[in-house]
Amino acid sequence: MPRSSTWSMVWLVAMREVRTRVLSKVFVLTSGLFVLAIVGGGAFFAFFGPDSQDASRLGVTSDAAALEPALMTVAQASGTDVEIERVEDDAVEEKIRDGGLDAVLSGSLPDVEVTVESDLDSALQTVIVAVVQQEALAGEIAELGGDPAAVAQQVAEAEPQIASLDDEEERDPAQMIAGFVSGILIFIALMGGGQRVAQGVVEEKSSRVVELLLATMRPWQLMAGKVLGNVIVGLLEIGVIVVAALATAWGFDLLDASALNLGSVAVWMLVWFLVGFVMYALLLASLAALVSRQEDVGSVISPVIGIMMVPYIVGVSIAPWNPESPIVEVLSYIPFCSPFIMPIRVALGTAGTGDVFIALALSVVLIPALVWLSGRIYSNAILRTGARVSLRQALRRS
Amino acid sequence: MARLEVDSLTKSYGSVQALSHTSFAVEAGEVFGFVGSNGSGKTTTMRIMLGVLEPDAGEVRWQGRPLDREVRRRIGYMPEERGLYPRMKAGDQLVYLARLYGLDTAAAQQAMERWTTRLGIGERVGDEVQKLSLGNQQRVQLAAALTHSPDILVLDEPFSGLDPVAVEVMSEVLREESARGAPVLFSSHQLDLVERLCDRVGIIKNGRMVASGTLDELRRTEHPQWILDGPAGTSWVTDIEGARVIANEGSRTTVEVRRPGAEQQVLQAALALGPVREFAPARPSLTDLYRDVVSSDDPKEGER
Repeated sequence: MPRSSTWSMVWLVAMREVRTRVLSKVFVLTSGLFVLAIVGGGAFFAFFGPDSQDASRLGVTSDAAALEPALMTVAQASGTDVEIERVEDDAVEEKIRDGGLDAVLSGSLPDVEVTVESDLDSALQTVIVAVVQQEALAGEIAELGGDPAAVAQQVAEAEPQIASLDDEEERDPAQMIAGFVSGILIFIALMGGGQRVAQGVVEEKSSRVVELLLATMRPWQLMAGKVLGNVIVGLLEIGVIVVAALATAWGFDLLDASALNLGSVAVWMLVWFLVGFVMYALLLASLAALVSRQEDVGSVISPVIGIMMVPYIVGVSIAPWNPESPIVEVLSYIPFCSPFIMPIRVALGTAGTGDVFIALALSVVLIPALVWLSGRIYSNAILRTGARVSLRQALRRS
Repeated sequence: MARLEVDSLTKSYGSVQALSHTSFAVEAGEVFGFVGSNGSGKTTTMRIMLGVLEPDAGEVRWQGRPLDREVRRRIGYMPEERGLYPRMKAGDQLVYLARLYGLDTAAAQQAMERWTTRLGIGERVGDEVQKLSLGNQQRVQLAAALTHSPDILVLDEPFSGLDPVAVEVMSEVLREESARGAPVLFSSHQLDLVERLCDRVGIIKNGRMVASGTLDELRRTEHPQWILDGPAGTSWVTDIEGARVIANEGSRTTVEVRRPGAEQQVLQAALALGPVREFAPARPSLTDLYRDVVSSDDPKEGER
């Protein structure tokens, strides 16, 4: 007896969806382009962007070695990343030209000499000047009978309070970019995947292949298979992009100075994609089953596409610049909107794990109802070809 | 007993009565032709058999038991409107469908190759279905109905759009399948083909099975008809009691005989007027039978 277990049918349908899509030229091409754009953009940023995030490398000769602790302290206080290494006196020039050192400090106080290839990096210059001045000052203080260490402490602690008129904290640009990009990415993936499901349903209906398929399985199995297959395709699609982004960020050390936790952003994005996709795909599949021609798909799914646009626009146009805006916060909890906005808030670091789980729960509890509703619409409408089936008809007939 | 029984199926779409108490049976090893005008209920009947539609009343049985899912998966089905993914390669598509019917990958691949070769489309399996001619698409469709070696064949207009060679191939395949022991049910508007191919025929009209049986059974009319090739016109028959002219074309006249022996009087009357070149009982073709059945207004028929 041929096996026909419920899930093997769903799986067969899903695998057909995956194979047709993943082996298509469009998929390979778009994924390739995305990866290229991400890696290229990362590389561009790494080579031509501000390299303040890289540690400056400073060499000290044995004469200047005494300054090393002071250099470290001042660099830390001023937020400059400095690595210090010892350099032999006769290797100064070689180390600068070939050894990757930005500057070498030689000589002892007060005749300190800084050797550089062409210009001294301004941040490094500030540190060195401060140290030299501080050391000079310490000499004078000691001569006057004071305690240089205590003075240095006072100086280090004397920092002006900055009062900004715009009541906004400074945003980490990496977080903003990540928020913006995840907003766009999830929109593209949900929109593209959702439309693919809708078109796939109508393709089966208009070519009547659905009649052949339904002779072998139940309508819900077919719908479940289609949704599952496209979820897998979407995860692959978004996964390729996310992996490319992670690899680029780590490979080029783009995020050393950022508070952005790209790993968790990526994981949450995949989770939200999954939730959002299942919800939208069910809705779109059932709506698409109402019509029999590809030309009519657009009109029947347009209300849902309209719903998708709202959180997307709010997400990318308000959230990255004003993540505490009430509309952003409220929409990030509402099912059907949360998949677009929550990932942005996660990327921006304005949503805690608790917030995310609450929003997730609100969406997930809706899914069983959605499965029931869309299953009913789909089963009732999928074999009625011809004129568009009204929602009421599809719901009424059992 | 291996027979496919359709038992008083009734189905309405809203206010439209598509089927009312349609019943017939197809024996194992028999080819059954299903004819009727467009919208008469053939497709609805087949869809109900496949479980694609639910009947309002009645049932379909195989070997005495109502069709369930497992039996339905043993049916080879060719839907009226061709159902194939236009942008999928013919071969992949057949393998996929065969797998849905429960074959494993290797068996599905093998069946696909066997049937595409048999149906003369072996070289086209790598082409997308939409790139094939309609006739070839039709062959792919038939292959899709056959790859899982079905126990029952239900084909909705398998011959429409086929060239004469393809019609021959298709006919042969149907005969082979019935010889293998499967009941074969197909619908068609090509009545000469049905006449040639089928062991039994069912004529459906407005959702009712109005005639079914072997061709000879269908021909057995209540009042025998005779064809006579002799005098022109029909006036010479009018005086004979119990004889009525059904059709007349030049010198050929078809007479319906309502009183035994009246045909002899017809012959004598004709001979009296001149030579008679032919005088024989009429053996109406299926086309004639169909025309009679479909054009007659059956008072019992009620609202559609």
